[in-house]
Amino acid sequence: MADINSLKETASQVRRDIVRMVHAVQSGHPGGSLGCTDYLVALYFSEMNHNTKFSMDGFGEDLFFLSNGHISPLMYSVLARVGYFEAKELNTFRKLNTRLQGHPTTHEGLPGIRISSGSLGQGMSVAIGAALTKKLNNDNNLIFSLHGDGELQEGQNWEAIMFAAHKKVDNLIAAVDYNGQQIDGSTETVMSLGNLRAKFEAFGWEVLDVEKGNNMEDIIAGIRKAKTLTSNGKPVCILLKTKMGKGIDFMEVGHEWHGIAPNDEQLANALSQLPETLGDY
Amino acid sequence: MKCSDIQIQNEKETRGGFGDGVYEAGKANPNVVVLTADLAGSMKIANFIKDFPERFVQCGIAEANMIGIAAGMTIGGKIPYTTTFANFSTSRVYDQIRQSVAYSNKNVKICASHAGLTLGEDGATHQVLEDIGMMKMLPGMTVIVPCDYNQTKAATKAIADYQGPVYLRFGRPKWANFTAEDGSDFVIGKAQKMSEGTDVSIFACGHMVWKAIEAGKILEEKGISVEVINIHTIKPLDEAAVLASISKTGCAVTVEEHNIIGGLGDSIAQVASKHLPIPIEYIGTKDTFGESGKPLELLKKYGLDTPFIVDAAEKVIARK
Repeated sequence: MADINSLKETASQVRRDIVRMVHAVQSGHPGGSLGCTDYLVALYFSEMNHNTKFSMDGFGEDLFFLSNGHISPLMYSVLARVGYFEAKELNTFRKLNTRLQGHPTTHEGLPGIRISSGSLGQGMSVAIGAALTKKLNNDNNLIFSLHGDGELQEGQNWEAIMFAAHKKVDNLIAAVDYNGQQIDGSTETVMSLGNLRAKFEAFGWEVLDVEKGNNMEDIIAGIRKAKTLTSNGKPVCILLKTKMGKGIDFMEVGHEWHGIAPNDEQLANALSQLPETLGDY
Repeated sequence: MKCSDIQIQNEKETRGGFGDGVYEAGKANPNVVVLTADLAGSMKIANFIKDFPERFVQCGIAEANMIGIAAGMTIGGKIPYTTTFANFSTSRVYDQIRQSVAYSNKNVKICASHAGLTLGEDGATHQVLEDIGMMKMLPGMTVIVPCDYNQTKAATKAIADYQGPVYLRFGRPKWANFTAEDGSDFVIGKAQKMSEGTDVSIFACGHMVWKAIEAGKILEEKGISVEVINIHTIKPLDEAAVLASISKTGCAVTVEEHNIIGGLGDSIAQVASKHLPIPIEYIGTKDTFGESGKPLELLKKYGLDTPFIVDAAEKVIARK
């Protein structure tokens, strides 16, 4: 694996990419992107066995599915920085004729994307399907997925969660971005999630808490622990406690930065808090 | 080739054609997998389940999850056939199909039984009459509505080798079985001419193809020359076949077990209005829900049975 410091440096660059991309087109979702940056960097730069020479079928490698597609700036930055396509393409985000659509899609043939997401609640089912095919193909690699916590309000998730336990889909590690925020406010005020751990456990899942979901060391340890829980008859859930807007002080304030873009002054302020490590695109 | 020459071989359920077809598809191609949402019995897939249990996925009563799982299963080369009633295959899961299957261009085969009024006694909650419209509007979706047991079996096998998302619609009741037993007369995207004629074109799909042939037999006895064309593939539409027929007959009747808004009739009218405007009469449900009853009682009440097709043909000929 890459060393922790290098991962942290990558995360800083990814955060710069996110705010620059969103600022450039004055649209997009920086909050959740920043909150999940450390997790995705850990997966793609250290913990996942994946091939940047992209093939849709992904034989013989781990696969990742993003269910909360609105954090596309993060997805695109990580895919570019890890080598699926050139970083300069980040400059096309949300612009006409781009492969970097507002929400990720296979439609424009962007390497690294295997399903369209954006309309919430569908990614868990897709990840489970891919996991079933891995088993049918005798492919021992894993399926990783990421879901918003607010997204769990979509009922389809619970169909999928029930299914995965019943069918012993134990080659799946589904992470929930447990930041307690959604567009209209905190999850507590909009639609309380209750005891998420107890809910997943009651459905028959292994549940793992990563209390510091923005701490690289803890994330790596959590993913590795999750891997040890696979192939044991149960799907695995990581409750990843993150902070929406993480890394930029004025964005770490709740739900406000879910889906708005920084202005010029805010961008300058944000970038001053994030060292440029790999070089801006 | 006249309608009077067409003979019934037997009466069989189109869904039985699906069950037998998917068994053969599974035997021929190890990547074929079958999913259901608690309707394995109704979908006639017992033989597939018995011989290929590892390739069968019971999803329980959770259709949205079934569609998503099917989309995911294509990643790694599987060819998933999802099976449930037509209503639960389409309107219940439209956004899942739209995003995870159609927009993602996944090789999922959405196989839907119990479509239309001929579902019968279960009534309007289950009699979907909007599905052809919904599915044909999705970019990249192929829409196939085979007319009898033999053709449903042939179509079920053919879609395994056809790349891309497909909606395959069939039905519940025993129905006239009259196309080639080996399915050799079925080609995806190629309209099937059942009879040749010069006075009127009748375009039909699904169960209504037999009703159109019945009407054709009556019209032929009246000395009217009828061209019945089976549009089993509604999308992509065989425009050349449609235009060739109406350029000869100069008028058309469309017949479908579906709302006349959004279905086969609209597709035919769009081609005609662009290239060769002609009078068209539409047989189908008239922007209404169905109700409980026996299949033939319902076709009669909602204006889809044979005599209505005869009347429509005579009316449209008079409008030329």
